[in-house]
Amino acid sequence: MADKKLGAYICKGCGIGDRLNADQLAMIATREGKVAFAKQHDFLCSQDGIAMIQADVDGGEVTHMAIAACSRRAKTEAFSFDNVAIGRANLREGVIWVRPDTDEAKETTQEMADDYIRMVCAEIKYMELPENSGEQERNDRILVVGGGITGMTAALESAKAGYSVSIVEKSENLGGMAARHFKRIPVVAPFAAPQDTGVEALIAQIESNDKVTVHLKSTLASTSGAPGRFEAEINKEGSNVTEKFGAIVQATGFNPYDANQLSHLAYGSTPDVVDQLGLEKLAKEANGGAIKRPSDGKEVQSVLFVQCAGQRSDKEGELPYCSGHCCLTSIKQALYFKNQNPQVDTIIAFSDLRTPGAGGEDFYRAGQDNGVTFTKSQVKEVTANGGSLTVKMQDLILDEETSTDVDLVVLATGMVPNSGVNIDDVQTEDENGQPVEPKPRYDANDAILKLDYRQGPDIPQLVHGFTDSHYICFPYETRRTGIYSAGPVRRPMDMKQAQDDAAGAAMKAIQALENAAQGRAAHPRSGDLSFPDFRKEGCTQCKRCTVECPFGAINEDEQRYPQFNEGRCRRCGTCMGACPVRVISFKNYSVDSVGQQIKAVDVPEEFDEKPRILVLACENDAYPALDMAGMNHMEYSAFVRIIPVRCLGSVNTIFVTDALNSGYDGVMLMGCRKDEDYQCHFVKGSELAHIRMSKVDDTLKQLNLETERVQIFEIAITDIDRVPTIINDMADTIEKIGMSPFKF
Amino acid sequence: MSDLNTQMKERYRNNFLREVTANVEEGEWVRMCMQCGVCAGSCPMGPHWEHPPQEIFMMIRANKRDEVLGSSSMWFCTSCYNCIARCPRGLPITHIMHGLAHYGKRLGIAPKEQPTVKFSQKFWDNLYKKGRVNELKLGLALYFMNGIGEGIKTSLKMQKIGLGMWKTKRMTPVEMVGGHGCKDIKGFHAILDKARQIEEAKAAQFSG
Repeated sequence: MADKKLGAYICKGCGIGDRLNADQLAMIATREGKVAFAKQHDFLCSQDGIAMIQADVDGGEVTHMAIAACSRRAKTEAFSFDNVAIGRANLREGVIWVRPDTDEAKETTQEMADDYIRMVCAEIKYMELPENSGEQERNDRILVVGGGITGMTAALESAKAGYSVSIVEKSENLGGMAARHFKRIPVVAPFAAPQDTGVEALIAQIESNDKVTVHLKSTLASTSGAPGRFEAEINKEGSNVTEKFGAIVQATGFNPYDANQLSHLAYGSTPDVVDQLGLEKLAKEANGGAIKRPSDGKEVQSVLFVQCAGQRSDKEGELPYCSGHCCLTSIKQALYFKNQNPQVDTIIAFSDLRTPGAGGEDFYRAGQDNGVTFTKSQVKEVTANGGSLTVKMQDLILDEETSTDVDLVVLATGMVPNSGVNIDDVQTEDENGQPVEPKPRYDANDAILKLDYRQGPDIPQLVHGFTDSHYICFPYETRRTGIYSAGPVRRPMDMKQAQDDAAGAAMKAIQALENAAQGRAAHPRSGDLSFPDFRKEGCTQCKRCTVECPFGAINEDEQRYPQFNEGRCRRCGTCMGACPVRVISFKNYSVDSVGQQIKAVDVPEEFDEKPRILVLACENDAYPALDMAGMNHMEYSAFVRIIPVRCLGSVNTIFVTDALNSGYDGVMLMGCRKDEDYQCHFVKGSELAHIRMSKVDDTLKQLNLETERVQIFEIAITDIDRVPTIINDMADTIEKIGMSPFKF
Repeated sequence: MSDLNTQMKERYRNNFLREVTANVEEGEWVRMCMQCGVCAGSCPMGPHWEHPPQEIFMMIRANKRDEVLGSSSMWFCTSCYNCIARCPRGLPITHIMHGLAHYGKRLGIAPKEQPTVKFSQKFWDNLYKKGRVNELKLGLALYFMNGIGEGIKTSLKMQKIGLGMWKTKRMTPVEMVGGHGCKDIKGFHAILDKARQIEEAKAAQFSG
């Protein structure tokens, strides 16, 4: 867009006109903000107001507009115009609602509004309309890795929605772990008895569906590209075929925990101690008849199930987490016995019975009703005892040590995610603690996806090897855009949950490939058309952007320059914040569009006793919290100037140094929680911002400034009461330590 | 193998649970307890007895027959129905407690010197005799339950109330000799004896 036509619209509704001098705001916009015109309206979001703006847009009067009204989070539908860049000045939630309506406060409140007008005018001057990069492709094929119940369901759900699918399965059959089960936990009312797994029916549906291609005995040799243009090399018994995909669903399931590590429970020393999959095998062999024990083929008369065997434990080599399905699975297996012969004694020794899902509680009752004995006991030891097994346990209700003899013991062991290699397992120091060139400790050949991403051949793991990025906020979303994980590779679960997961991940995959086709971002900035722009001449090849990108979007080209893959990018701006030479920016969000806002603020002289505090607030949580504080009419200092940022990760240290150099007295950064229970919408953004800001202290000391002047906070969206308090605390701190010496 | 050993081997088998299910009033509910302990927390007798209902149910499942039936805990129940009102699984806990107490008594395992047990026996004997409860005799039996000295003391203390009841024709000393009864006492005894026979036959299946 060669010709920028700037205009401002100032709303006087919602009390803005009564509290503020709108004529003065309009004058500032035209004189200082250098916009061509500044129109005032009594009720800008009304039909009449919108029509006025639309007429200017249609008439070519304005291409970049500043709307000074309510928060950018309010009235988004009304103030949405095609093909124009829009900046918003928050005069309602950000000014009049957080300031008292008194004569003394009038002057500082007006100054606040004046500054927000200056800032928005500066912002739109440095904004461009995002344009299509031409990098997009549309490919409506989905690659499903893994042919278990999750993979098959994902494939069928995608096919139902009209997309074609390839399933890559390493074994020679579809069905995975589910096919090894005799029956499944019931999923329909009355949830009273084990029901058919349905795996055979699923396989039949897959085989008769012409949208689904199945590659058995196949693995991935390499995966490259980005959403909309993934290219996967599929290795089938030595020979490779290459296929192109729009998106990928990873449904690689789990491996059973190796019960040989549980020697105190006699696993491995007698065949009559089995794990849950082992019992499924026995049940399959019995096929509805009496289940026989492996050692001598005797019909089992008594069986004891040990819950949480080798899991929910802090012992070395055991799993620390709960696998979620095992309580229900043990009830199901106890019913295999009870339904065949009610005289068989079935004992479930649990520590906490967990029966998730709609029918979980009903199935538990069904187990009790059929005479399964549930005892809250901790099993200490199982010993083979000439023909039977003696189980020593501590009854936690009766508080006593006790023991019982049974024919068969079943260990409810956990799920270990089959997620390939841990790409974060990298050696960075030698034995003496000296930094060395990073070297992976894993074997890249063990990877499942074999991504040719610079950041490693598999998906980053969240915790305990499960590949997800946030269980609650973004299920299925991995930290590789366009690749979604589903089923027990994501978190431990049963077949029902795995199938629900599969449908969810399939929907995400479809969304990703459709977004990629239009050059739009995926969650959480869904629909964003901007992407990182990069001025190659200025790049020093420091690689910080490629390392810090939380989504592995940036590769390196042959000349070792960063190669931005738009489709993989989530538009958080972490690369922009990382770049020491500031050559990375977005069309509508850049070092300039933020930096010029900082500079546009009118900083009063030292003796005016009016400090200025810059707040850079994450638009995901901190900014809404500030807005809500405004909605609740909670007052905070008139000396703050708030700029929303995409993520704290996009904050470049230059913003802070610039602010201090231009005479700001304090800088506050508000981002999401970082640590392992992080809330950052871009996973690593807030954490990286904290690391960068920890280095600002040195700069402050060099400038002879107090370190208290720059503070970083973790803010949740619910911190509505907290944000005004910390702002006022900061204002108090500034009052205590005095004004910045860097004012002109 | 010693008896104790056999008992330990059989732990958590369903033998006793099956017996309770068959012979104890509402006993089929015992297996539905989920061990939350709300009953134990709701019971006003909580501090006084040995085993709360939750524990009794677990002991049944752990096959502890003699300990359960010989326990005095069930005899503490005052039928306040707090546990029934609060049980999330809807177990009729009060009824089960009485059922267990009754079953233990019938088998002769219930504690002999427990006052509720003793009074219950007196109530039953009184009722059995005439088919009607003789309040005068039952009252006196209760006063003298723990010996003559205490009996005379309590009787003298209650003298005024007794005289008042006589005056207002609520009670008569004539009841002391014979007393009122139901019409067909032979038929009444036949019914109760038959019922006892049936119950005992059922219990015998589990006695050994």
